[in-house]
Amino acid sequence: MIDAAVKTAAASDQTEGMSYLSTLPQRLVSVYMPLAVIVVVLLFPFYWMVMTAVKPKDQLLDLDKHNPYYTLAPTFEHIHDLLFKTEYPLWLWNTMFIAVAATILSLVASVFAAYAITRIRYRGAQWVGGAIFLAYLVPPSILFIPLSTVVFQYGLFDTPFALILTYPTILIPFSTWLLMGYFKTIPYELEECALIDGANRWQILTKIILPLAIPGLISASIFCLTLCWNEFIYALTFINSTEKKTVPVAILSAFTDGDQYRWGSLMAGALVGSLPLVVLYAFFVEHYVSAMTGAVKE
Amino acid sequence: MFKQLAHDRNFLGAMFMLPAAAFLLLFLVYPLGLGIWLSFTDAKIGTPGEFVGLENYEWIIGDSKFQTAVFFTIFYTVVASVIKFAVGLYLALLLNQHLPFKAIIRAVVLIPFIVPTVLSAIAFWWIFDPQFSIVSWSLRQLGLLSGNINFLGDTWNARYSVIFANVWRGVPFIAITLLAGLQTVPPSLYEAATLDGATRWQMFVKITYPLLTPIIAVVMTFSVLFTFTDFQLIKVLTNGGPAGATELMATMSYNTAILGGRIGEGAAISTAMVPFLLAAILVSWFGLQRRKWQQGEDND
Repeated sequence: MIDAAVKTAAASDQTEGMSYLSTLPQRLVSVYMPLAVIVVVLLFPFYWMVMTAVKPKDQLLDLDKHNPYYTLAPTFEHIHDLLFKTEYPLWLWNTMFIAVAATILSLVASVFAAYAITRIRYRGAQWVGGAIFLAYLVPPSILFIPLSTVVFQYGLFDTPFALILTYPTILIPFSTWLLMGYFKTIPYELEECALIDGANRWQILTKIILPLAIPGLISASIFCLTLCWNEFIYALTFINSTEKKTVPVAILSAFTDGDQYRWGSLMAGALVGSLPLVVLYAFFVEHYVSAMTGAVKE
Repeated sequence: MFKQLAHDRNFLGAMFMLPAAAFLLLFLVYPLGLGIWLSFTDAKIGTPGEFVGLENYEWIIGDSKFQTAVFFTIFYTVVASVIKFAVGLYLALLLNQHLPFKAIIRAVVLIPFIVPTVLSAIAFWWIFDPQFSIVSWSLRQLGLLSGNINFLGDTWNARYSVIFANVWRGVPFIAITLLAGLQTVPPSLYEAATLDGATRWQMFVKITYPLLTPIIAVVMTFSVLFTFTDFQLIKVLTNGGPAGATELMATMSYNTAILGGRIGEGAAISTAMVPFLLAAILVSWFGLQRRKWQQGEDND
């Protein structure tokens, strides 16, 4: 709460700031130019991805006749081929389905866990909170080998459930931690009033806590979706059949046959695979940033 | 009021924790233990394997490929983290200035972090192409270069190329989280310092940096952790090549256990990452302690 108050105070204070102390040429050299360089470097790979995805095939590998930085004859050939001649739509659907399912499971589990840790305060709640933070620090790269044998034992290998059930181990620690931060800011008094009015825990959770924590829920779910979309090592290890793969894995194995890289399709695939996330992000920038910074700050 | 509920609080808490606990125990704690056990066995794909003691560890420690992987993993983590921190902090300071279209710039800066790593790595793969690289082409046109740069085919070129791609992907996260930290620093401190005749550098060292240390500690711990256990970028860009020069411990354990079928050995390689991760977590712990100490009160 205090953090937020200071933040808004700082933000409102900053409208003028001390920037009037420096002149325009000074700011041009010390602020705008370095910023421009960094932004260009950060965005160039995407420009290049788009450019390659819409270039006609004869211009792709011919750098001498055509300036590679632009094309005068953009084509949707690669994207069309991708969507209608490969299983790409299926992969996209797999990715989305797995991401949404894993996110919903994780959010439900996290809401209960975060509520229990911050509000029910059972014996050892503090300790459990710490353990969940530690779980956040266990990376998939050291888990995937034993997990593959576990997934096999449970009979989940090569099914979407192998991913739907393992992704929550990445998502739950993160979203529990984030939601704990949100729940802590909700005043106790509200809950006490409800208890006096005869509400039980379930009613308090669904009628008071959750409606007040909606921004937190949105932040957590968007971040979870992004993490699932981005996940690679589990998807690579636990899924074998082409038609069950997710976009990042499928695209790598499908378009890299031999040495003849199909750069146009590869770039189109990368572009189409990133777009849903970028669109989602564009709508929820603030939630996204608060998820990212919130989880780090708490 | 709350006292009345105290008698069933523990039971209620346990019920609420059940779904999360089930997931974490079944798919995190159990595999974590199993991984350590597997590293002491000679398990192969399809056979459970028997206890062989430290044999796997003895074998990998003597393996020159493993030594290279450990060296490069540490090199990759240290170099990439230092650059990411420097550029990220610089970018955060730039974004904290009074800028036109600030919100849009901030949103745009974060895009590399949103786009799935594999997909942006594919773009880098094309940018680092030995023949058709746009970077080589541009430098040739400018007359700075006569041939093409062999980005991913040469040992050190490949190492610096993958580090560049990692830095590119990691900078936005660090910059945006540090920016959030910077925004909590009250501008009045800078105004007071200016009146006292402090230079920009003094203000940075005496005000900005000390107030940012707690958040820097956490952000850098995460960054080190994720860089150290990186897998995707290397898998896409070089797959460990040329001749194992860019092999990380994570990619090596994948190649050994999943592609090579030697589960026990692969598990030993990935378990060998744990001590380093513990070191990183300790750093984070002391960073957080320092925050409590700075505030002079309990954190809750």
